[in-house]
Amino acid sequence: MAETALTNTVVPHPRPPGWQGIVADWSSDQRAFKNVPWGKAMMWIFLLSDTFIFGCFLLAYMTARMSTTVPWPNPSEVFALEIAGHHIPLILIAIMTFVLISSSGTMAMAVNFGYRRDRVKTAILMLVTAVLGAAFVGMQAFEWTKLIMEGVRPWENPWGAAQFGSSFFMITGFHGTHVTFGVIFLIIIARKVWRGDFDHGRRGFFTSRRGNYEVVEIMGLYWHFVDLVWVFIFAFFYLW
Amino acid sequence: MVDVLSDTNTGITPAEVVDVELYHPKSWWTTYIFSQDAKVIAIQYALTAMAIGMVALVLSWLMRLQLGFPGTFSFIDPSQYLQFITMHGMIMVIYLLTALFLGGFGNYLIPLMVGARDMVFPYVNMLSYWIYLLAVVVLVATFFVPGGPTGAGWTLYPPQAILSGTPGGNEWGIILMLASLILFIIGFTMGGLNYVVTVLQARTRGMTLMRMPLTVWGIFTATVMALLAFPALFVAAVMMLLDRALGTSFFMPTLQEMGQLMKYGGGSPLLFQHLFWFFGHPEVYIVALPAFGIVSDLISTHARKNIFGYRMMVWAIVAIGALSFVVWAHHMYVSGMHPQFGFFFATTTLIIAIPTAIKVYNWVLTLWRGDIHLTVPMLFALAFIVTFVNGGLTGLFLGNVVVDVPLSDTMFVVAHFHMVMGVAPIMVVFGAIYHWYPKITGRMLNDGLGKFHFWVTFLGAYAVFFPMHYVGLQGMPRRYHDIGETSFIPASAHDLNAFISVAALIVGAAQLVFVFNLAWSLFKGKEAGGNPWGATTLEWQTPQTPPAHGNWGKELPIVYRWAYDYSVPGAPRDFVPQNEPPGGFAVQGARA
Ligand code: HEM
Ligand SMILES: [Cu+2]
Repeated sequence: MAETALTNTVVPHPRPPGWQGIVADWSSDQRAFKNVPWGKAMMWIFLLSDTFIFGCFLLAYMTARMSTTVPWPNPSEVFALEIAGHHIPLILIAIMTFVLISSSGTMAMAVNFGYRRDRVKTAILMLVTAVLGAAFVGMQAFEWTKLIMEGVRPWENPWGAAQFGSSFFMITGFHGTHVTFGVIFLIIIARKVWRGDFDHGRRGFFTSRRGNYEVVEIMGLYWHFVDLVWVFIFAFFYLW
Repeated sequence: MVDVLSDTNTGITPAEVVDVELYHPKSWWTTYIFSQDAKVIAIQYALTAMAIGMVALVLSWLMRLQLGFPGTFSFIDPSQYLQFITMHGMIMVIYLLTALFLGGFGNYLIPLMVGARDMVFPYVNMLSYWIYLLAVVVLVATFFVPGGPTGAGWTLYPPQAILSGTPGGNEWGIILMLASLILFIIGFTMGGLNYVVTVLQARTRGMTLMRMPLTVWGIFTATVMALLAFPALFVAAVMMLLDRALGTSFFMPTLQEMGQLMKYGGGSPLLFQHLFWFFGHPEVYIVALPAFGIVSDLISTHARKNIFGYRMMVWAIVAIGALSFVVWAHHMYVSGMHPQFGFFFATTTLIIAIPTAIKVYNWVLTLWRGDIHLTVPMLFALAFIVTFVNGGLTGLFLGNVVVDVPLSDTMFVVAHFHMVMGVAPIMVVFGAIYHWYPKITGRMLNDGLGKFHFWVTFLGAYAVFFPMHYVGLQGMPRRYHDIGETSFIPASAHDLNAFISVAALIVGAAQLVFVFNLAWSLFKGKEAGGNPWGATTLEWQTPQTPPAHGNWGKELPIVYRWAYDYSVPGAPRDFVPQNEPPGGFAVQGARA
């Protein structure tokens, strides 16, 4: 997208001081955010909207948890695993969190190499990110299976408030869907990088627009967001 | 004040034509059906919204027949009545007004008014429409499934919304309603992101935010609000869907149904109300702010005068948008929440009246000593001011806890919100269609039919909703199929109800004239030319009318001034388009 390289947007006057300067900056000619490509701006605004969705989910869960009269199951116990004869609370969640955070690291590296137009490294790092993301989803599937075998259902569970299962499946399910979509798009974009679409300006199949390496960064924004949300879910659901 | 003639842009070279890589359609299908052109998408949105709006209109007829002549129309039974109000309310608010203002006017006007070739992501924009259409189809499907559409009221309050006593509650109605809302939100988000980014990042040279027409400001702010408010509805819909389909108890307390203890327990109905109104109140402004913006431009253009207090108008729009996120619980005074909340929310509600009143004063001051042309768009704009002030005043009543408690759930409330978010925005919709139809089609709408349509609609709407305040004060409840023999409701109220119903039928019928006018003028209307109203904004300066694919010719327009240079002293014409360079008269004016 050639538009994204527009760097010569004029700032005609010296910036007025204080609030007026802020307003003048924001409302200045052509672009509110200078040199920010369209796609990136769009992703930021989408993430803002998505934040409200996750915020509402978490607030709803907290309301349910605080107002229930039946005891809330103890997450440390529920999410404990027996490994080699040891009873370790929250171990799976800890690993999942570790994997997801690591995938943020590989994603950041992919973005870095994307800016250096290092086709191969970018693609490989994106695929590594996708594998880590898929591992996360896989472990989540394992956790779901385990809980379901133990009798946890969206409408009931053996240990206390029914809202425990409801919120658990709803929130982790919604987050897991985000991760899954992320993995799918990581693979799609990694393929494009690998094939050199962004070096040769190949046009997109649906949009018929030329992509460029900024797509990698935009993908990164989404991915880091999904990780960040997980940290909140981890804190509010598992550690509380 | 506004940098009307500031010298910042004088030396600017013609904007290089940035390659935005427009999608160039190759076949009939991709030109007219799966089009990625915002103008075509806008028309698709608008036609779909108006078609489904006709359904809501017919439903309002049926409701009024029942209310005006209880017992006469035996084919309307109580559950059907509830289904009618629910679908009527839901369609009007979301599928008609939201879709029409943002998807319709937003798509058409934003790129043209800010001087862009299209929305930033046309493909996503196209998906937005098709998902919206799918949402509408799912909504319409509820009329045909067993049990019919949901009758829970447009607020869909649990627990009743998913109990068997409510029409559609334990059948398909509520499930499809929630599914349709979820689809709508997904589709809207795709479009909304486009509108916001186009305004922020794709303006043409010289188009600073503070030079944008207020129409764009209104639609832009409303879209931002929608992107932040719809998430709450999305979450509420997902949770209720789980309650209904999987038997979770997010919103469901322990209860008995037909003497049987239900499987639900421990959920909070109040939580739903908070989520719903966190969306629901901003929603009122999501349909009001575009109306505010559009009406400002209509008034300024047709009174040949610059808008009074442009900056104040912009700030008022932004302030209203922000404040409207902290007033939601004024819909919940009778819900049993803590009384101190009531105090807080009453206060914020009254504060919001300040920026709103500023806007009204500014409209009136714009008219003051203007060269008022009583064209059809102007008539509708004036009608908007009247109805909006009317509804706003009763809003001040209802915003106070002590006044609201006795009036809650009466016809007074129905009268209030119809005035403020029903009639007033619809007036703007009509005004806007009469105003921009010449640009969209190249032909004028018939003036005589338009004036007829205006007077019947405006006077008729007053005949419908003004007496409704009185009926409500008498204590007539809302959402009642038949109030029967009620001692505190005098006979006069029954007569008024019959009168209201007759008026409603007439108003509805007048809309057919409008639809006829739309179709007839398409072929037989007077040729409009590029700029029939002598307006300043960019959409009237396009090289072709209707604007071609890509909107502008080879070069994008350059903007040199704000959108309100009407009747500038010394100018050769009584308007100066935004893209007219400050040569000629302007230099004389500035240096004199
Ligand atoms: C010809 C015009 C209209 C007429 C005659 C009309 C009439 C009515 C009637 C009779 C009710 C039900 C009152 C009750 O029993 O509770 C109602 C409800 C409602 N109307 Fe309208 N209406 C019209 C236009 C509109 C418009 C343009 C809107 C858009 C905002 C709208 C939004 C609503 C809403 C939100 C409800 C509440 C539904 C509920 O209680 O769940 N109406 N209308
Ligand atoms: Cu409200």
